[in-house]
Amino acid sequence: MIRLEGISRTFDVGGEPVHALVDVHEEIAAGEHLAIMGPSGSGKSTLLHILGCLDRPDRGVYELLGRDVARLDEGELSLVRRHTIGFVFQFFHLVPRLTALENVELPMIFAGVDPAERRERAIGRLRGVGLEPRASHRPDQLSGGERQRVAIARATVLDPKLLLADEPTGNLDTTSGRHVLEILEQMNASGLTLIVVTHDPAVARRARRILVLKDGRVVHRGDGAHIHEAVEVLSAAENGT
Amino acid sequence: MSLRDLLGFAARALRGHRLRTGMSLLGVAIGVAAVVTLTALGEGARLYVIGQFASVGTNLLIVVPGRTETTGGMPGMGGVPNDLTLEDARAVLRGVPEIDKAAPIVMGTETVAFGERQRQVALVGATHEMLEVRRLGVASGRFLPPLEWDRSSPVTVLGQTSARELFPGRDPVGEVVRVGDWRMRVVGVLAPRGQQLGVDMDDVAIVPVGTAMKMLNRSSLFRLLLQVRAHTDLDRARERVVRLIAERHGEEDVTGITQDAVLGAFTSILGALTLALAGIASVSLAVAGVGIMNVMLVSVSERTREIGLLKALGAGRRQILLAFLAEAVLLSSAGGLLGLLVGWLAVKVLIAVYPALPATPPPWAVAAAFSLSVAVGALFGVLPARRATRLDPVAALSGR
Repeated sequence: MIRLEGISRTFDVGGEPVHALVDVHEEIAAGEHLAIMGPSGSGKSTLLHILGCLDRPDRGVYELLGRDVARLDEGELSLVRRHTIGFVFQFFHLVPRLTALENVELPMIFAGVDPAERRERAIGRLRGVGLEPRASHRPDQLSGGERQRVAIARATVLDPKLLLADEPTGNLDTTSGRHVLEILEQMNASGLTLIVVTHDPAVARRARRILVLKDGRVVHRGDGAHIHEAVEVLSAAENGT
Repeated sequence: MSLRDLLGFAARALRGHRLRTGMSLLGVAIGVAAVVTLTALGEGARLYVIGQFASVGTNLLIVVPGRTETTGGMPGMGGVPNDLTLEDARAVLRGVPEIDKAAPIVMGTETVAFGERQRQVALVGATHEMLEVRRLGVASGRFLPPLEWDRSSPVTVLGQTSARELFPGRDPVGEVVRVGDWRMRVVGVLAPRGQQLGVDMDDVAIVPVGTAMKMLNRSSLFRLLLQVRAHTDLDRARERVVRLIAERHGEEDVTGITQDAVLGAFTSILGALTLALAGIASVSLAVAGVGIMNVMLVSVSERTREIGLLKALGAGRRQILLAFLAEAVLLSSAGGLLGLLVGWLAVKVLIAVYPALPATPPPWAVAAAFSLSVAVGALFGVLPARRATRLDPVAALSGR
């Protein structure tokens, strides 16, 4: 489903080039559950942004469902984001003035889905994450876990193929974090490709496959069953050895 | 993204910042209200002047002795025009079918006295026809009786002011006053009229034209007022009257004046004034536009994360541009509507304070003010909206 070939991304920070990603090669199959780990500044967020078509690599090929999306123009990219990719963020990013229902409807507004169908689908998705009774609540009337579940409903309402989650439990307590992960895994089980960026081993160990990044390079490939290997690599990376 | 969704989204965003929205709404409203009120004022002035002329009578043709063109020639040779006489007036009435009524006028000044009270007034020698030709009204008694024009009769009609000053607190009809050396019976008092064609019609003593000519020892008329049957015949009537009198006098020595020329000049001057007022008021609309731009720029930078999110959700550049543009246009057109309301109220107040002024905003000004307010929103909303579309989604999501 995804093929990354020689992906590099360099930022200019105060006149100094910072190599966020250096020559990344990776293949991700449809329906996978992948965790990306790494110390801060390792390039894991940059990788997620490139996978989500919010950023472009300076070099390399990014093939998504057989298309080289790194070459698409801005208009085509927005269509890819709309229909193929869903995002879940650490800080939820709900629109504060809109209700839970309206937040879920938002992507469908841009996709031009007609109002009646929009409402029905949004309610269905809220029911799916157990929040139908909270449909008319605004984000500030919802708990952190509820907000993230609204965000998941919004991210998946247009049935994307790929769900990208950036520290989805980073702002949640253990219980609601687990609840959110269960929902994500349920969606993964029904065929959605799930990529989670996290520094939390408890989250990463649930993934089938784990990548550890350091200084823009993949330094470890493992699986959830052997999370301790990934953690060792990670702590070594964090300690600068 | 449908128009309804677009407007709904924009309206929700505006409602999120009531104070800020209210302030810029007010800015536009003041601009639009200013355009409406000031043009109403200008238009009111124009209608007032037209009304003044209409009250004198738009079918009026005034014949004055003398030519308006400057003529040369030897000093002492000619140049003195012939008298404009009652005979000329009769000939015009007989010989020009377009003329309905003729009112010969003689003017001078004279002292009117009753007992100890006396007053210097304009003495107007006139005929019964003047009442209709000059659109005068009678407050009490009656106007001059119909007489042969060269007959005299010791009767007079006083203007409103003259009557009040000479007979404070009572009706002078039936009393005998001295006008110069003549004793005359007051037969009527004019309705209040004010200044008209340069004469204060409230401070006059009107006597039969034959009498006035004797009193002032004149043989020439001051003016000959003619009422033309139809307004469309006015120019033809003037030509025929001037030609007829020229034939009688052997030279062209009278001038026919219609009000159209004067009225036209006034109308174009006051029309220009209205336009100028509209222009000045539009400046405040432009200022309001800058206000909208400021509000929208603040809104864009405040909602950076939201714009990043919209991009991540798959909103296209065009959709984001339209969403912010819709917000600006919604803001300015709501301000425009509010301005129309405020302007309408202001005009109502204006009319209540100055009932004489027919202040109404011309429809073009109302339409222009509103469409300008919408245009201002679109114009000044473009820059902030473009800024929103150009945000880098990754930076925007992290609030940078």
